[in-house]
Amino acid sequence: MAITSLPSDDGQELTIRIQGRFDFGTHQAFRDSYERVNVTPKRYVVDLDHTTYLDSSALGMLLLLRDHAGGDNAQISLVNCNADVRKILAISNFEQLFKII
Amino acid sequence: MPLDPRLSVLIAEDNAADRMLLSSIISRQGHRVITAANGLEAVAMFEQERPDLVLMDALMPVMDGFEAARRIKLKAGEALVPIIFLTSLTEGEALVRCLDAGGDDFLAKPYNRVILEAKIKAMDRLRRLQATVLEQRDLIARHNEHLLTEQRVAKAVFDKVAHSGCLNAPNIRYLQSPFAVFNGDLLLAAFKPSGGMHVLLGDFTGHGLPAAIGAMPLAEVFYGMTAKGYSLTEILREVNAKLKRILPVGVFCCATLLNISFQRRVCEVWNGGLPDGYLHRIATGERLPLVSRHLPLGVLDPADFKDACEIYPMALGDRVFLLSDGVLETANPAEQMFGESRLLNVFAANRQPDLLFDEIQQALTAFRGEAHDDVSMVEVCMVEADSLPRPALAFVDNGHSSPLDWAASFEFRAQTLKRFNPLPFLLQLLLEVHGLRFQGGALYSVLAELYSNALEHGVLGLDSRLKCDAAGFAEYYRQRSLRLAELDHGYVRFHLQLLPEANGGRLVVKVEDSGPGFDVSTILERQRTAQSLSGRGLSLIRRLSDRSTWADDGRGVSVEFSWIDQA
Repeated sequence: MAITSLPSDDGQELTIRIQGRFDFGTHQAFRDSYERVNVTPKRYVVDLDHTTYLDSSALGMLLLLRDHAGGDNAQISLVNCNADVRKILAISNFEQLFKII
Repeated sequence: MPLDPRLSVLIAEDNAADRMLLSSIISRQGHRVITAANGLEAVAMFEQERPDLVLMDALMPVMDGFEAARRIKLKAGEALVPIIFLTSLTEGEALVRCLDAGGDDFLAKPYNRVILEAKIKAMDRLRRLQATVLEQRDLIARHNEHLLTEQRVAKAVFDKVAHSGCLNAPNIRYLQSPFAVFNGDLLLAAFKPSGGMHVLLGDFTGHGLPAAIGAMPLAEVFYGMTAKGYSLTEILREVNAKLKRILPVGVFCCATLLNISFQRRVCEVWNGGLPDGYLHRIATGERLPLVSRHLPLGVLDPADFKDACEIYPMALGDRVFLLSDGVLETANPAEQMFGESRLLNVFAANRQPDLLFDEIQQALTAFRGEAHDDVSMVEVCMVEADSLPRPALAFVDNGHSSPLDWAASFEFRAQTLKRFNPLPFLLQLLLEVHGLRFQGGALYSVLAELYSNALEHGVLGLDSRLKCDAAGFAEYYRQRSLRLAELDHGYVRFHLQLLPEANGGRLVVKVEDSGPGFDVSTILERQRTAQSLSGRGLSLIRRLSDRSTWADDGRGVSVEFSWIDQA
């Protein structure tokens, strides 16, 4: 399981990459990826390119990130979603809360 | 276990000189010594003194060391009492016998005190390790038992709350894994006062007790508000607001809610985050997907929450099928998921609707290779309104302070009609009258019909003839919400008269609206003959109330309910 986070050079954007399954087992690692960084980014990018699976706990974790990033004012993009992931996000209508690219 | 380095050591040795020598070595190392001169004595001393460790001569009269070791190990049970064999035997086979008999180590004669001390220390470490393992095993077992007891109690309480509804009604089939509640699944169904039904299938994020805990307030709100006659959208708003308030961020409830009216043969659907449900039209075999259009419950602030429902006409025998994602996410050993297309294949192969559940279960079992345990499904069938038991209304007071002789009038104007549902309010008021409680369901149905007629046909000017087919039906409800949103004048009036009579009483309800009225005789005649999707309303009112009369201009209606005291 690998969750990595990388701030942009200007520190304005934090990219979180999730490889493999994104489910309850990754709870702590996902939180650490945005809580244990020394920057306060304005924007977040969650890269799901190598995410094979996403369950409802993962949706909950995305809401936690959204809360952390300012709730309704949060700027979070979910990028590189494969068809399965996109379907799960669509069922929950998460496009109302996140920019899904 | 205390870290006392002092051990009690049993020495079993038939040679008195050797026994004394060993005793003095071990005493000098600070341990307490118990001695025995043969195997039988050793077993007896073990029982009496329960030493921590045994030094056992292999060859002794009366009972040899091998037999004594076997008996001592048996008596020691799970605790590790290390036995070190003392032996002048050197051939391998004899040493193997020592270990086979339960010995943990051996020491060759003549004794070397340094090696003896080292072996006693090593055995003591093993002994303590074993004791710690046993202690922790017992602790885990106790905790686990405690947890299971808690879950059993929690589940019993939960079942009382969650299953207080009408899941056992003859037109509902459902399947829920026994402990699905601890997977966060929730299935509720309740009769509305009008005899219709609300059904909810929910799926909380996460697992275990945290997932089950949000289900309790949800169930309470669902049952409480349904019984009082609140509409689906009002219940949705309340549930969402409550879950948003009490659940931590990241915990929410994917859910589909159904409002089924058997009188009007319609089904109202709200899906937030659950997989597609299906409306199965028996006549055509068509399966209409009921798609998730909303965020799950407990995510949005009340101000942002969307309560828009979709409304579908249903024919007798049509079914609504809902499932939780546990069905689609059932995985096979290769970690593939069952998925939607396999489900649709099961649908396509289905010939007898009543066997659908079994066929889905068989498909899941065949796919996964073992029984599955995270599955919730429910199917609700459209039936004749009269075929279901009407719900008895439950009250906490005894009704002795029942008000009997009063009148009240209400006028609900445009701004109110837009967003307020006066029916629960009126029903609660009228059910203060004890005598009316026995026909609370009929009363509610009639009030609901009168109100929607006054609002939709009177104030909003909608023509029920639109509802002649499925497309017109959808158009009707589209126009309804459009006109309601733009409403800026008009009213619906309720006049309530309570009259005490010799052995009971009588309620007279008059309803008026601001609409242009209608030709009473034409409409009644049309309703008597029509088998369309529209206008079961007026005949229902006539059937359920004791008297009903329309003003000639069709702008007002009067209905009566009377009762005889149940002495």
